[in-house]
Amino acid sequence: MLDTIIAHSDQVVFYFFAATALLSALVVVGQRHPTYSAFALIVTLCSLSAVFGLLGSPFIAVLQVVVYAGAIMVLFLFVLMLLNVKREERVAGGGWALKVTAFALGAVLVVQVGSVLTAAARAPAAPGFNASTPYVARLLFSPTYLYVFEATSILILAALVGAVVLAKSDP
Amino acid sequence: MTPVQEQLLIATIKVVVFFNVLLGLFSFMTYVERRLLAFMQFRLGPNRVGPFGLLQPVADGIKLFFKEEVMPEGANKWLFVAAPALAIVTAFLSIAVVPFGGTVHLFGRDIPLQIADLDVGVLFLFAISSLGVYGIVMAGWAANNKFTLLGGLRSSAQMFSYELALGMSWVGAIMIAGSLRISDIVESQAGWFIPNWNFFRQAPGFLVYLVAATAEVNRTPFDLPEAETELVAGFHTEYSSMRFALLQMAEYVNMITVAAVGASLFFGGWLAPVPALQRVLGYDIGLLWFLLKMGAGLFFFVWLRGTLPRFRYDQLMHFGWKVLVPLAALNILSTAAWIAFT
Repeated sequence: MLDTIIAHSDQVVFYFFAATALLSALVVVGQRHPTYSAFALIVTLCSLSAVFGLLGSPFIAVLQVVVYAGAIMVLFLFVLMLLNVKREERVAGGGWALKVTAFALGAVLVVQVGSVLTAAARAPAAPGFNASTPYVARLLFSPTYLYVFEATSILILAALVGAVVLAKSDP
Repeated sequence: MTPVQEQLLIATIKVVVFFNVLLGLFSFMTYVERRLLAFMQFRLGPNRVGPFGLLQPVADGIKLFFKEEVMPEGANKWLFVAAPALAIVTAFLSIAVVPFGGTVHLFGRDIPLQIADLDVGVLFLFAISSLGVYGIVMAGWAANNKFTLLGGLRSSAQMFSYELALGMSWVGAIMIAGSLRISDIVESQAGWFIPNWNFFRQAPGFLVYLVAATAEVNRTPFDLPEAETELVAGFHTEYSSMRFALLQMAEYVNMITVAAVGASLFFGGWLAPVPALQRVLGYDIGLLWFLLKMGAGLFFFVWLRGTLPRFRYDQLMHFGWKVLVPLAALNILSTAAWIAFT
């Protein structure tokens, strides 16, 4: 018993974190309290990070937590708490048109998920890939991506300066 | 036993041992802090329970166990319970990548004194420390109290601002070692302590780390999230009994982690200051060196608390963004230039 679990431990861990990610993602959408949704989103991001780690890329896994769960979500929560957002109220009405649209979109989603799952079952196993930290770094700073990478950082800096200038109220 | 089972067993034993050592260190640290602080203020401190008051942490533990657990009427029940748990989990997680010593030879096997020697150890620390803020924010928000909310907000702003400087202060040490693995960074400081320790080679980086780490664990002079003169007790005002103890434990464990990481990244971790002192009577005493360095760091935190007054909030923000971050960036730039030209 123990040996079978150990032999398939990566699958056990994968299904655990995949299920956690999906469930908490459902909570993000279904929950009416914005703060709960934010916390559930953090759980989703951390579970995704574990899946990245299982794929053999600890670097991407850690970045996922540092950037999304650690930085962006803190700001989200900060704003939610500062505004002290309350539980959302259910708005009456909506009408049959909305319900029909929602049902149609849901059907499209089911078809999409089904097609992806069947395609994945038929596809051959993905070839082993290298996502170790030195390799990712070399790729990122290779001539192919270097300019894009640096241009992105300048873009973010410009956005930052712009935000500060816009937020400053004194003339 | 198959090799896999053996690995599993060793890992489990290591986790259990590290966990208990950390718990012991935590309770001892509460005693040491109160005693030292008392001496610095010309008092005696707790000296009634056991010899020199050494059993005071046990008495405190028993007291906290039997206290009544109070939950405020308007509190958010789920998050109020989850917050201390989250705080303690993130606090214990980060010690997993800190090497307490080199490799020891036990029962015919080589066992590294580290739970996980991750490829991205330093980044892992960074990720976990950025998750640590959630416990405090959750505690502050869930209690439904103005003071706790303010404490939680303050701490999220503070930790967020100083995390950046904290991460940047490590970059110089990472560049010198050429690796994100903590044991590699320790090995890169081998040799005589002057000039090989990062404390000397990365002096500006160490200064930034010292300040940012103190702010990150909410210690004086950066203890604004729990400033008792203005916020009662900040984010843990409404907590009592064991939940309060868990929050306190998280703070102390974070402090121990910060001291351990500082010892590893800037003071050569388990390496002796002089190579000849690494082995005594044929035994590798790396663990002892590491504990000594970590203890010095912990003493420094207590010393700071006994010496410095608290920052004002705007001073804190200005200092973080306008002094520490530029200094850390300058340090990275000069380290890069130094590596490029030598």
